[in-house]
Amino acid sequence: MAGITYGTIYAIVAIGFNIIYNATGIINFAQGEFVMLGGMTAVTLNRFVPLPVAILGAVAVTTVVGAIIEIVFIRWLRKPSVLRLVIITIGISILIRETALHVWGESIRALPYFTGTSVTSLRLGGVYISPQVLWVVGVSAVAVAALSAFFNRTMLGRQMRACSANRDAARLCGISAGNMVTLSFMISAAIGAIGGCVVCPITYIQYDSGTPLAIKGFTVAILGGLGNSAAAVGAGMILGILESFSIWVLPAAYKEAISIAILLLILFVRPSGIFGSTEAARLKEF
Amino acid sequence: MARRYSMVAAFAGLIVAIQVATRLTDTPYHLTQLTMTAYYSLLIAGLCMLIGYAGQISIGHAGFFAIGGYVSAFLTTRNLSAHKALPLVSLLRKAGVLVAKPDLYGGDLLVVHPWLACAAAILLAVAIAYVIGGPVLKLRGHYLAMATLGFGIIIYRVALGTAFLGAADGISDVPGFPLPFGLVISGNSSVRVSNYYLAWGLVILGMVLLLNLIHSRVGRALAAVHGAEDAAGAMGIPAARFKLNTFVLSAVFASVAGVFLTHYNGGIGPSEASVMKSVRYVAIVAIGGMANLWGALLMSLVLNYLSLRGYFGTFDDTVFGVILILIMLFAPDGLLRRHLLSDLKRLVSRSDAEEEAP
Repeated sequence: MAGITYGTIYAIVAIGFNIIYNATGIINFAQGEFVMLGGMTAVTLNRFVPLPVAILGAVAVTTVVGAIIEIVFIRWLRKPSVLRLVIITIGISILIRETALHVWGESIRALPYFTGTSVTSLRLGGVYISPQVLWVVGVSAVAVAALSAFFNRTMLGRQMRACSANRDAARLCGISAGNMVTLSFMISAAIGAIGGCVVCPITYIQYDSGTPLAIKGFTVAILGGLGNSAAAVGAGMILGILESFSIWVLPAAYKEAISIAILLLILFVRPSGIFGSTEAARLKEF
Repeated sequence: MARRYSMVAAFAGLIVAIQVATRLTDTPYHLTQLTMTAYYSLLIAGLCMLIGYAGQISIGHAGFFAIGGYVSAFLTTRNLSAHKALPLVSLLRKAGVLVAKPDLYGGDLLVVHPWLACAAAILLAVAIAYVIGGPVLKLRGHYLAMATLGFGIIIYRVALGTAFLGAADGISDVPGFPLPFGLVISGNSSVRVSNYYLAWGLVILGMVLLLNLIHSRVGRALAAVHGAEDAAGAMGIPAARFKLNTFVLSAVFASVAGVFLTHYNGGIGPSEASVMKSVRYVAIVAIGGMANLWGALLMSLVLNYLSLRGYFGTFDDTVFGVILILIMLFAPDGLLRRHLLSDLKRLVSRSDAEEEAP
């Protein structure tokens, strides 16, 4: 069960990576920070307002942060090199993390369970599971479905896809490519924040939770094939379950080292991912 | 040629001037942080070679630093007297590379000699650099950055989670590093001045080596690889081999820095392997101007010193994050450029031209 919970959050971070990657070709190293920011803001807001309002507020705040980041740091760069963008997004992740450290301190926080408490369990086909796990899986499923509908059914989603397919052609059709990129950062931040909110009652959250999440989310994104959000969900489950099984073989302290070793292995052996096609990968730059 | 060595001489002069200044103002305690700065600068010089000249980013060099420091610290503090009977231990003892001395409680303490420990540390770093360097350097852009970042985190997690490496506490009580002529690398305040010169002497030695490398056939080949890898390959330059060798060289610089700083500080902790350290090194190379060894060295001297003296307070990491962003946004070629003035003039005249254009 822990495997599925963690797997879901990795998948959510991976989808965040994919949205921005599809729109811009940028890997946003600050992706994990969106999850942390969402969770932390929700915990703080929950002191004053009821839980659902706090979550909505946290998602809104994180979305605005995502937009600000894009407008301030990315938008006005003309043909930046990959190295430049990598370093800038790493810098942004440091800034967010350090700001969080000064605002919230080093203490570990968590939202209350959405329904029941940490000892409540539901009997489901012979196994007992915490209702929060159902919340995690359910909310993530809804988010993925909504995203898919957005990209395939709505005008705005189609415009975004047009931009990622061919930015110049999209511009000629009157689509504002710049705004689409901002939008991709906002959606990416929002979905990260939602993930942070639903998962933090179980996993807890701290100012520096973002970086490990980012690197595992990236592992999942690569595993599923960069840009492919449906495959990311499957890959997330694989990594989450592998990671929870690794505790049986090696000390828990090495858990993170294991999942990163998996990342290195995939990058070395098959950078197109297990679900991705090698043909398409050849067109990208590894 | 003359220019190359006049810079070296000027830098050596700066180092002497700083020492004289602390002498005159009676503030010798500054030398401690400046000595630590020297070892970090050694790593940064190697990293600058890799990022600036070979064009390969690494966000995991604190990992190599930690490998050097931890191996040396572990071997020089691990008591082998309980394992005297083991063939390997008795062989090493006969070879005279073990040091026996009484410990605090009067018992026997049998540890590996620092020189052997240092050699082992560097060899391990080289071996790891070769093994991971091959596949890592095939990657580009985001993937290279993520892979080196992942390598750094693995080293950090292993250091943090391994009991015999001291877990979160790290390893302490590391002895000084004995050198010929009665010199010793240690943090003892009685040898502060000699250690200051030893450390910066090592940095200057490393710089001479790198400068000669840059101006050699290898350096020109690297420049070609950096500019256009395919074209360089067509000219018969084995790009992959040059990149790998530079990676290994920078790992050697990092591990040597790790070994000596650990002996100087008398210990090492997992924070030396943390991601923030690696990012900080990249930030310093970036602000120095990427392919600018002297720029990186000067920036390292200033920023590491300020950071170690605690001038940045709780904003230590923030400062380096802000530096990274500002440099990459506004001056991706670094601050210390040879043609800084003419660039500024061109910038001014261009903005004038743009205003007039409509």
